[in-house]
Amino acid sequence: MPQLGRAALVVSLGLVAYALIAGAAAAVTRRRRLAVSARNALIAAFGSTVVASVVLVVALIRHDFAFTYVASHTSRALPTRYAVSAFWGGQEGSLLLWLLVLTGLGALAVWLNRRSRDLVVWVVPVIAGVATFFAWMLVVVASPFATQRAPFDGAGLNPSLQNPYMVAHPPLLYLGYVGLTIPFAFAMGALLSGQTDERWIIATRRWTLIAWTALGIGQLLGAHWAYQEVGWGGYYAWDPVENAALMPWLAATAYLHSVMIQEKRGMLKIWNVILVSLAFCLSLFGTFLTRSGVVSSIHSFTQSSIGGWFLGFIVVVVVLTVGLIFYRLPLLRTKTRLESLVSREATFLYNNLLLVALCLTILWGVTWPIITEAVSGEARVVGRPYYDFFLRSFGLPLLLLMGIGPLIAWRRASLKGLGKTFAWPAGLAVTAGVVLIAFGAGSSTPGLIAYTFSAFVLGTIGLEFVRGTRARRALSSEPWPQAFSSLIARNRRRYGGYIVHAAIVLLAIGIAGSSAYQHVTDKKLARGQSLGVGPYTVTYRALERSSNPNATEVRAVLDIRRGSHLVGTVKSGKNAYTEPAGQISNEVGIHTNYLTGEDVFVIAETVYGNGTVYFRVLVKPLVNLIWLAGLIFLLGSLITLWPDAREERRLAARYAEVALGTVPTR
Amino acid sequence: MTAALVLVAALTVACVIAVAFPFLREPSATSDLIEETDASGRRQLELIEVRDRALATLKELEFDHRTGKVSDEDYRTLVGPLRREAAQALRAIEPVAQAASAAAAGKATAET
Repeated sequence: MPQLGRAALVVSLGLVAYALIAGAAAAVTRRRRLAVSARNALIAAFGSTVVASVVLVVALIRHDFAFTYVASHTSRALPTRYAVSAFWGGQEGSLLLWLLVLTGLGALAVWLNRRSRDLVVWVVPVIAGVATFFAWMLVVVASPFATQRAPFDGAGLNPSLQNPYMVAHPPLLYLGYVGLTIPFAFAMGALLSGQTDERWIIATRRWTLIAWTALGIGQLLGAHWAYQEVGWGGYYAWDPVENAALMPWLAATAYLHSVMIQEKRGMLKIWNVILVSLAFCLSLFGTFLTRSGVVSSIHSFTQSSIGGWFLGFIVVVVVLTVGLIFYRLPLLRTKTRLESLVSREATFLYNNLLLVALCLTILWGVTWPIITEAVSGEARVVGRPYYDFFLRSFGLPLLLLMGIGPLIAWRRASLKGLGKTFAWPAGLAVTAGVVLIAFGAGSSTPGLIAYTFSAFVLGTIGLEFVRGTRARRALSSEPWPQAFSSLIARNRRRYGGYIVHAAIVLLAIGIAGSSAYQHVTDKKLARGQSLGVGPYTVTYRALERSSNPNATEVRAVLDIRRGSHLVGTVKSGKNAYTEPAGQISNEVGIHTNYLTGEDVFVIAETVYGNGTVYFRVLVKPLVNLIWLAGLIFLLGSLITLWPDAREERRLAARYAEVALGTVPTR
Repeated sequence: MTAALVLVAALTVACVIAVAFPFLREPSATSDLIEETDASGRRQLELIEVRDRALATLKELEFDHRTGKVSDEDYRTLVGPLRREAAQALRAIEPVAQAASAAAAGKATAET
């Protein structure tokens, strides 16, 4: 059925191109039926892209090697779940996933906001413009429906991608990348229509949160995949493609905070439009980095010539966006000024500056090899120390601000009042610092600062929940659990946000613990020999070999003891894959202590013919808090995202009031 | 191949119908114009947003004061200007809303 897939994509291209042209014409001439027709074209494009996607999925499941894409990314021995994940394992499939998610989210967003006609009329052509680029790439440049004479077997999927995390990690990242198109389209729609009131912010709040959550969870799943599958003992390597996902997340984080200043104070309209645009452009840049192979990355599974197209598109988007923002500056300027440097909006502003500074320093690090190669012909890469330095320089103050911000009132706060408010959390932080030094945590200054700040933030969050519940009880005389749940239910954004903050604190504790306080030892061992690492002794006991149609597996069996007590047994080794022939992967052994959150991480670096093995063993304190943080982050995001009927009724009433002044212009 | 052709044809026809639907449903629409918020409507919306911001901040301030997060002294400093801001916005909305309402009624009469 490759013809059906190809034809469906051509139909999609025709529909989104029509939505772009007809939508823009309708917006300029203010023709209602033409605008609805353009919107319908965008919705129909989702339908035809679904058809194309189904064709590719069926071909992958059936191992139909007449499809070049299927033959290049799967093999007969590949289990079905990984065959399906090959949809996004290659370049053409990834582009199709972009278009599928974009048309799906775009259709849903314009349909849900169809009543704000004067705003949505410009949103349709913006989304359609982005979709036209991706549909064009799929039809003309990189079609997933190219055919060939079917070989007996395919080339197989990269072994690193044969992991359950790879089934979820890329789609979530794409959901995040593509999801950022929606707030961008609404921001541009507001600028193009001149309707720069709060509607575009209200319309996109949830979309931004969905994209931001997906990007955050996607990155954590990717980190867990790297930790378990890549087998180097870490979870984040500051790889360009990892950074490519982190940058739009940081920009979107800054936006989610600064947009609150616009909602509460009517300030930062220009800044918010810039942040939304930055997040979207960085998501395009991320896709460009992943797919072009322009910088060396362990994630560049495919390298191709599509980079030029992407770069051209990014340049067009940046030029048009900057031009539009300049054109609409008079509409975006506000009279409200910052009243005090000690206020909630001021702390949000500091938070924004630090987030954007971190984002831009990472961008500089990512683009440095490209710049140096262009200038001197030799690509120079900035290493881990560069990124670690800026993460500490900007990340630690950010952590502290996370505790300060929620406790300061809007507009201004007196230092005397602040002293009283911060007494408990500051006392907790100092106590935590003293206890940590007493337990030997003073060996790493950044680690100690991170822990102390984390204690401070957790103290402020705890205090917020306790005070809020107490106030709720005083008002309603509800029992404590009911007061607690109704407090969250009535203030979802605030308390959901605090839960997300708690997740970020756990993440910081996990990162600080597993990097600043880890133990590493490597040694060649024969059977029966041991090595010591931190408080543990690891003994190499046996070597096992096994085969299945997909791979030959070799595993060293190791006992882990703490003192004389056997705490667990792990297997660590390598897989040699049948297809692609000669591909070898590290299969690490991990022993987790669920009470302390600590891992003993065993890598069999080299397995020698005589049965001896060169091992690298790491003890990573608190590393599991990083994964726990992911679950709490998801919970907080879901609470924040959950629809609030009272808020929706209030907004509906607000715009019903203005409908009195809404009249046809012609 | 034939099945693919039939499916392609069906998909294309469905998409064409979806795109043409607004014109098929209303071949000769009496009004084919997108409603646009006029200047007085925009001004009204702006004032409503100012009012809502002031009221929301006031509500949050009351809550924060009740929880003990905002001291009595800070509360007294902040609450006055906020109340004045909300009252000013409320006073400003009324004449603008009346003007917008009158303009809308005038337009509707002119159209009929």
